[in-house]
Amino acid sequence: MNVNGVDHPAPTDPRRLLSDHIRHDIGLTGTHVGCEHGVCGCCTVLFDGAPVRSCLMLAIQAEGHQVTTIEGLAPDGAPLHPVQQAFHETHGLQCGFCTPGFVMSVVGLLKQNPDPTPEEIDEGISGNLCRCTGYASIRRAVLRAAELSR
Amino acid sequence: MEFLQPATWSEALAMKAAKPEAVPIAGGTDLMVEINLDHRRPATIIDLTHIKELTEWGMDDGRLRIGAGVTYARIIDELGDRLPGLAMASRTVGSPQIRNRGTVGGNLGTASPAGDAHPPLLATEAIVELASTKGTRQVAANEFFAGPKKNAMRADELIAAFLVEPARGPQQFSKVGTRNAMVIAVCSLALAVDPKRKHVGIGIGSAGPTPIRAAEAETFIQEVLEEHRLWERHVHCEPSALKQFGELVAAAAKPIDDVRGTADYRRHALAVLARRTFRWAWDDYRKSK
Amino acid sequence: MKPRLAEETTSGGRVGDRVRRPDAVQKVRGDFPYSSDLQVDGMLWGATVRSPHPYARIESIDTKAAKAAPGVKAVLTFEDVAGENAYGLEIADQPVLASDVVRYWGEAVALVAAEHPEQARRAADKVKVEYAVLKPVTDPEQALLPKAPKLHPGGNVTRHIKIRHGDQNATAEVVVTGDYEIGMQDQAPLGPESGLAIPDGEGGVDLYIATQWLHIDQKQLAHVLGLEPHEVRLTMAGIGGAFGAREDLSMQAHACMLALKTGRPVKISYSRPESFVGHVHRHPGKLHYEHGATKDGKLVYVKARIVLDGGAYASSSTAVIANASCFAVGPYQCPNATIDGIVAYTNNPPCGAMRGFGSVQNCYAHEAQMDKLAAALTMDPVALRRHNSLETGSALITGQVIDGPVPVAELLRLVHERPLPAPAAKNADLTAMPGGVSNTTHGESVKRGIGYAAGFKNIGYSEGFNDFSTARVRLSVVDGKPRVEVHTAGAEVGQGLVTIQAQIAGTELGVRDVMVLTADTEVGSAGSSSASRQTYITGGAVKAACEAVRERVVALAQSELKSGEGLRLEDENIVGADGNVLVALATLLGEEVIDELRVFRPRKTSPLDPDTGQANAHMQFAFAAHRAVVDVDTELGLVKVVELATAQDVGKAINPQAVEGQLEGGAAQGLGLAVMEEIQVQDGVIKNPSFTDYLLPTILDMPPVRMDILELGDPNSPYGLKGVGEPPTISSGPAILAAIRAATGRPVTRVPVRPHDLVL
Repeated sequence: MNVNGVDHPAPTDPRRLLSDHIRHDIGLTGTHVGCEHGVCGCCTVLFDGAPVRSCLMLAIQAEGHQVTTIEGLAPDGAPLHPVQQAFHETHGLQCGFCTPGFVMSVVGLLKQNPDPTPEEIDEGISGNLCRCTGYASIRRAVLRAAELSR
Repeated sequence: MEFLQPATWSEALAMKAAKPEAVPIAGGTDLMVEINLDHRRPATIIDLTHIKELTEWGMDDGRLRIGAGVTYARIIDELGDRLPGLAMASRTVGSPQIRNRGTVGGNLGTASPAGDAHPPLLATEAIVELASTKGTRQVAANEFFAGPKKNAMRADELIAAFLVEPARGPQQFSKVGTRNAMVIAVCSLALAVDPKRKHVGIGIGSAGPTPIRAAEAETFIQEVLEEHRLWERHVHCEPSALKQFGELVAAAAKPIDDVRGTADYRRHALAVLARRTFRWAWDDYRKSK
Repeated sequence: MKPRLAEETTSGGRVGDRVRRPDAVQKVRGDFPYSSDLQVDGMLWGATVRSPHPYARIESIDTKAAKAAPGVKAVLTFEDVAGENAYGLEIADQPVLASDVVRYWGEAVALVAAEHPEQARRAADKVKVEYAVLKPVTDPEQALLPKAPKLHPGGNVTRHIKIRHGDQNATAEVVVTGDYEIGMQDQAPLGPESGLAIPDGEGGVDLYIATQWLHIDQKQLAHVLGLEPHEVRLTMAGIGGAFGAREDLSMQAHACMLALKTGRPVKISYSRPESFVGHVHRHPGKLHYEHGATKDGKLVYVKARIVLDGGAYASSSTAVIANASCFAVGPYQCPNATIDGIVAYTNNPPCGAMRGFGSVQNCYAHEAQMDKLAAALTMDPVALRRHNSLETGSALITGQVIDGPVPVAELLRLVHERPLPAPAAKNADLTAMPGGVSNTTHGESVKRGIGYAAGFKNIGYSEGFNDFSTARVRLSVVDGKPRVEVHTAGAEVGQGLVTIQAQIAGTELGVRDVMVLTADTEVGSAGSSSASRQTYITGGAVKAACEAVRERVVALAQSELKSGEGLRLEDENIVGADGNVLVALATLLGEEVIDELRVFRPRKTSPLDPDTGQANAHMQFAFAAHRAVVDVDTELGLVKVVELATAQDVGKAINPQAVEGQLEGGAAQGLGLAVMEEIQVQDGVIKNPSFTDYLLPTILDMPPVRMDILELGDPNSPYGLKGVGEPPTISSGPAILAAIRAATGRPVTRVPVRPHDLVL
C-alpha cells in the first residue's frame, strides 16, 4: 500500500488493523486510536482520498490503495497544510488527541465542498468526537480553513 | 486467521463454497467492531472489496439492481433521486467515514434489527439476490430476516445485490436516537407510497428481534385511502384514521427494554413516526398532483 | 533508554494576550507523542485480568496456563505486590491487585506481560480465577442499612458531612420540596489510559505517564512497590484529556510491577471498554431538598439529604461529598441550613473526581428547587435568584464569609438580558431540529423552552489540605539572546498550562524566548491539575520564581553598573530610573545563569467542624450562570439545545483564547450529562462500556455558546485571576433541564433526561 506517497510492504499478519499497521509497523503515530469501534473518529485517514476509520479496516485490505495520514499533509517540516494552520490559529484543539482525525475529516470535506455552509460543516464532521473544545473553535477552524484554502 | 481476497465474483463464490464458515467482509463497519471488541474471532475472512461487480448498479428489467458493495455515500450521491427513502436512511448511518465504507450488502449480512437500510428495503419490497457456486436465488426482504442477527442465507452463499423498483412516489425514513448524529436507532421507520399500485409500504427497525414489515398497518391505510378515494381526491385522511394507523404500526413491533430505550417508548415513538412520515409523504403526493 | 516525548518549544506572549498554544503545531501535525504512542526497543506489553463479578471471594488463582502461553514473560498476582497492597487518594482502601475479595466488576486481579499485545491479552484469558460469587450491594441507601454486608472494615459510610447552620427549627411561609436523581457520568477523555515503565536496572523504575498529578502517583507507587520515592521517577507523556479520570492510579502500578519483574520496559494501553472500568466516574446520586422562603421570596432555610454512590473504593469521595454539601444551597444567601451529605460504599464502579466535583450534582437539585420556589411564589425565576444572590461579605452555610467580587446577581443579569436566538424557523434545516438528520420532525410538536441556572464552587484544595506548587525558573543566554526555562511538575492536560506558564514568565521577566520544560518529578510537586487550580497555584509559583530571578538580575545590574535604585528589567534590557536603556540583558548576563526555585502557597483553609460543618474551609470561589434555549419534540421526547449563554467571572483572563475554550468545552460536558451521557449499571455491571452506547455530544448536539467574560480581579490571587475550568460544567446542565421543564411542563427530576421521561 502507498502511505503518504511512499510504498510500504504488505502487513505480515492478516489480522492487523490498518490503524495498528500505520501506528506500529510504519511508525506514524499521528493516527490515534480512541475507541476501536468506529465512533470517536480519532483514527480517520484518507483512503483513496475519502475519510474512513482506519480502526475498522484490516491493513491488508489497503493493499493497492492510497492512504493519507495526518503526517502526509505537511511532510518533513513543510509549512502547515491550511487545515492544520486553521486549527492552530483558532485554538481548535486543547488536548489535541482528536485533532488528527478532525483534520483528516475536514480535508475530505473541503475537497468535496470547498465552501461549506455552517450546517454542512456540522454534518460533515459529525463523525468525530471532541471532549475538550465543545466544537465551537473547531467550527471556527473549518471556516478559517476554507478561507485559507481559497 | 486466514484472509482470502478474491479478485472476481466466481472466485469469491468458489472460496465460500470451499469454506462455508468463512466470514465475508465488505466495508467492515459491522464485522470489524465485533472483532475489535472480541465478540467474534473468525478463522477465515473473505474480503469482497476487490470485486468490481459488487460496486456496480444499473437497471435490470424495470428494477434497480444494486451491487452489495455499493457504499452508503454512493447511494446518497448517485441514487438519492430514485431511492429517496434508502438515501435518507443512509444519511443517518454512522458517520461520514462509515458511509464512505459501509454497504447495504454488509448491513444485510449482519441482519441486525437496528440496521438502518432494512426498513426502507422492507417498505419498498426489495429483493435480496444471493449467490453460490450452485446458482443465484432471490429472497424478498420480508423473508430475508430470520432472527436476531440471522438471515436466510445458506452457509455457501454470498449477497450479490439487492433489487428494488425506483420510487414512483414519496418515501420517508425517520429514526429516533438520543443524539443528533452518529447514533444507533432506538427505533426507526420507513414508509414508501406507490401511487401506481396504490400501495403504502412500511418497515420498522430496532423494535423487535428482526426488522419488521408492518403488514396490517399497510393494509389498513390502503383501505382508508381506497375507501375515501384519497388517491384521487388528494386530500388528507381523517386524524382518527391516522391515529389508528399509528397504533397498528406500534402493534407490529415486538420491542424490548435495553440500554437504548424502553419497549413502551419504542411503541409510542413508532406510532408518532408513522403518523408523521405518512403526513409528509402524503403532502408530497398531494403536491405532485 | 527514553521514549520520544513532546518537543519543548519556546513561546512568548504576555498575561492577557491571546496566545496560540505552543504545542499546537506538533499536535496538528500528528507529531505530538501521546502516552499511547510511546515506544522503546525491547518493550513488552501488559494486559490486565479483571473480575467478571461485582462482588466475590477469590478462591484461587491459577497462572500456570498463562505463564506457558506464547510470548509471555510474566504473570503477576497480589502475591507479587512488593509494598503494601493498598492505595487511594484519600483513604488507602484499594488493592493494586485483588487478593481475597473483588468489590467491583472489572477490578484488576492479575497481570500479564508478553512480547505482543495480542499475546498478552490471550494469555490473560488463560489465568484461571475461581470465585465464590457474593450478592452485590448496588444501592447506596441499602448499603447504609445496618443489615447490609460491610464492604470495608469501617462499614459502608465513606463520609457523612453534617452542616448545621443557623436555626435548625426555622419555619417559612412558602415551602417546596423535591427529589432529584443524577446518573453516572464518565469523563471519557479520548485518549485511553496508557503509559510506559522502564526499569533502571538498579531496582528502580522510570514511568512515562499521562496523569493529572505526578507526585501523588509517585507517592502511591513507592508505597505499593516497596520503593523509596526517588526510585520511582515519573515524566509526563502526552495526555488525551483528563477531566478527573486521571487523578487515581490506573495502570501505573501494574506497568511498574511488570517492568521490575521482567527487567524490560513494559507498556500498558487500555482499550475503550477497559477504560470504562479503568478509571473512576462522576458520582451518581439521589438528593432530597426542602426550601423554605418568605412570601416576598427570601430564602429562610434549606434542608437537604444528599446521598452519593461512591462505588467500591473511596478515591476522592470524601472531598466530593464535602463539596456537594458545602455548596448544597447554590450561590444564594441562606441563613439556616441543615445538610446531610453521605457517600456510601457499594459494589458499583468506583466514583471520584470529575470536572465540577460535587457541585454538579447539587446544582441540578438547588436550581430545580429555585424554579419550583419561583413558581410557588409566582415570581420570575431570575428575579428570585437575584433577590437571594450571594454578595461580597455574605456568609456561606459553612459560616465562611466570602471576600472579593461575588457577582452572582450580575452574571444572572447578563445571561438574562442577552438577546434571545431567533425562533425556530419553518422549514429549517434538519440539523437544526430535535432529532437532527434522523428526520423525526419537520417542526411538529416542537416547543421552545428557556431556562436559567447559576452555580459555584471552590477553587483549589479545601479543608486545610496543604495546597502548594513548585516552580524552578532559569535565566541564561542562548545564541546571544536571553532564554527563560520554566520547570514545574504541573500537568498539561489540554487546558493550556504550558501556554500560561510561558505567558507569566514572559510578563515577569520581559523575555521573548520562554521554554517550558517537560513536567517530571525532578522538580517539586505542583499538585493536581484539578479543582481549577493550576493557573492560580502553579501560575503563582512560576510568578514567584520569576520575581526571585528578576530581583537577582536587578541586583546583578546594580553591582555591575555600580548604579543605585530604580533599575528595571524591561523588554530584554536593563532600564534606568529615567527610562533609558543601560545595558542589554544578554550582555549583562554573559555566561551567568540565574536559577531560582520557589514554592507558592495560597492562603490557608481549615477543616470542617465534624458536627456542624462550619469553617473557613475554602480558598477561593468561582461563579457562573447559564441560560439555555432548547427545542423539544414534545411527542418524541427528543431535545435540541439551540443556544447556551453564559457569564462567568474569571478574575483575569490570562489567555482569553484558552478561557473561551474552557467555557465552551465545559458547557459541552454539562450538556452531555443533561441529555445523553450515562454509564448504565445493572446489578453492578456496566451495560454500555463503549462509545456506541455511552453517548458523547457530537458537533450536531452542541450549540453555540454566547459568553460574557468578566474580569473583576480577586485581590488575593496572582494577577487577580480565578480558576476557570469547572464552573462551565456546573450550571450549564441545570439550565438545560430548566429549559426542558419550561418546554414540556413536566417536572423532569432526573439526568440524563431520556426521551421516555418526557413523553410517557
